[in-house]
Amino acid sequence: MKQVVFLLILIFNLLSGVSQQPKRITVCETCELKSIAEAIKTASDHDTLVIKKATYKEYNILVDRPLTIIGENYPVIDGEDKGEIIRIVSDNVTIDGLFIINVGTSYTSDYAAIRVVKSENFVIQNVVLEKLFFGIYLEKSNHGKVYHNKIVGDAQDEYNSGNGIQLWYSHNIEVSNNIVQGARDGIYLEFSHNVKIHNNKSTDNLRYGLHFMFSDDDVYTNNVFENNGAGVAVMFSKRITMKGNTFRKNWGTAAFGVLLKEINDAEIIENTFEENTIGIHIEGSNRITYKGNNFIKNGWGIKVLGACYTNTFSANNFLYNSFDISYNSKLNDNVFDGNYWSNYTGYDLDKNGIGDVPYRPVKLFSYVVNQTPEAIILLRSLFMDIIDFSEKVSPVFTPDNLMDINPLMTKVQ
Amino acid sequence: MFKILKYSFYDLIRSRWSYVYFLFYLLLGFVLLFLNNDISKAIITLMNVIIILVPLISTIFGIMYFYNSKEFTELLLAQPIKRSSIFLGQYFGVAGSLTLSLVFGLGIPFVLYGLFKSDAIFDFTLLLVTGAFLTLIFTVLSFNIALSNENKIKGFGYAVLLWLFLAVIYDGLFLMSLIVFKEYPLDGFSLAATMFNPIDLSRTLILLKLDISALLGYTGAVFKKFFGTDQGLFISMFMLVLWTVLPIWRLVIISKKKDF
Repeated sequence: MKQVVFLLILIFNLLSGVSQQPKRITVCETCELKSIAEAIKTASDHDTLVIKKATYKEYNILVDRPLTIIGENYPVIDGEDKGEIIRIVSDNVTIDGLFIINVGTSYTSDYAAIRVVKSENFVIQNVVLEKLFFGIYLEKSNHGKVYHNKIVGDAQDEYNSGNGIQLWYSHNIEVSNNIVQGARDGIYLEFSHNVKIHNNKSTDNLRYGLHFMFSDDDVYTNNVFENNGAGVAVMFSKRITMKGNTFRKNWGTAAFGVLLKEINDAEIIENTFEENTIGIHIEGSNRITYKGNNFIKNGWGIKVLGACYTNTFSANNFLYNSFDISYNSKLNDNVFDGNYWSNYTGYDLDKNGIGDVPYRPVKLFSYVVNQTPEAIILLRSLFMDIIDFSEKVSPVFTPDNLMDINPLMTKVQ
Repeated sequence: MFKILKYSFYDLIRSRWSYVYFLFYLLLGFVLLFLNNDISKAIITLMNVIIILVPLISTIFGIMYFYNSKEFTELLLAQPIKRSSIFLGQYFGVAGSLTLSLVFGLGIPFVLYGLFKSDAIFDFTLLLVTGAFLTLIFTVLSFNIALSNENKIKGFGYAVLLWLFLAVIYDGLFLMSLIVFKEYPLDGFSLAATMFNPIDLSRTLILLKLDISALLGYTGAVFKKFFGTDQGLFISMFMLVLWTVLPIWRLVIISKKKDF
């Protein structure tokens, strides 16, 4: 009899082992499991952890097996400034609907609210992060999704604050519909290829709204970058696409809508640059297509420094910028064709919508300001208008082939 | 003094030229607002007009008035009236009527287009205040020139030259010195150089309220720090007052000593 019972139990165990159903494990203040870390230890692979609304004072939570962690009504995980809060080291992990606060600040290690290390197929969504150091930190992790999170930092100084969403050696990631504000860099990418970043809103960050280096083949669409310390910085990357983004109100002594440094073969299409000190600041960037962008009320629409070759600017609108384009050399290898310039004063006798007189977007004054920045104080003085006019008639200092031969008479829609 | 001021003022108010001046600004205001409907943009265009035209018209008008009313002045000098009262009265009469034409000519269209409802009211007030100051300054400068030159042609020549110098040549020299000395820190110098020219001072003052984004480049920050603060505004206004008071003072001194 004993043997039969034993056998039955064995069979039952075997059966349940083979067809083990993913369990739902509930964590709450009055449940058997009161801590998330504990619950993870008891869970088996592919289980779902449901975290009920409460405040959990935990940090260094290690997720080392494929789990789905779902918060109900945004349970709070309070790290009490002690260190990192969640670290994911397993593939196929989903984190959903948590409210994480008080990530520890350190000068030696980058504590993050959620860190994903060498894992694949993760999803981090509907998470709210506050009082953070680093927000979501992806480290050598691929094929993941960071979707619809809200990250609100309170960064004061650059040296003791971290980035909202950081990707490091992470490829094929989708970062979308996130809101990041008050971090050091809103979204930061380094050595991360084939990343899609869209519909995010990155505002009021201390340094850059978006910052990436050495990250090729990335696509940025429909993001909004507003009122960041220095705008957006894009460096040392190839074949990136920026489309339909808005760069707004990045004002300051060294602020710009976008800084392009050593960017090659990129496409910058249908973006809006509005009320920035400098719309696009370009250094050493080649073979870039600028098409259908709006430059509105910037101090400088486009400021070109250093060697920039074979770029094409077509069908853009340059509206009411103090300077449309500024160049620091006499050499020009870039093409300006078929743009609309609000400062254009030519005429269109044959009514084909294209001005009959070429437009020279570089004013002598912008050349002078490049040489001696203090001369900016003479902006809009009669003297500058006179010499600008004479330079327009016969260019001496500005590149004489830098002109738009087909300036449009009406705005590009 | 006030009696003479009144006479000069009424004389000018009745004259055709104040009306022309008034109507010019009225028309300008209406056309600008009609064309782009946006008050803050109209203010920028208006600034360009004000910093060039107001000094020019004040200078020409002042010197013309002085030479034209010379016989009347000499008649007054024969009366037991203080000399300073005669000249100050005339001066304030001219400057007052010009300022009124400016303020009403521009004020009426802007008020009609809803200035009080827009947030540009401070910029506009600043524009009118600097316009009024420029009128006061350039009228008194032209009176000074007229008083020192009996010869009308010479006087006119100097007056126009003065305008040309402050409106154009000064900026040219300023720019040249900036370029020549570009190896040196020039922030302080350019601030000072701006202070010493009422036209530049007015322009910078208004620009920093309007065209801020370009000026906020890394050098612009220095200017912004200076002109953008209340202290900077106060100092700038003080300089404008100084530009008005010092020539008036000279006018009084010279008129007392001068042998007519």
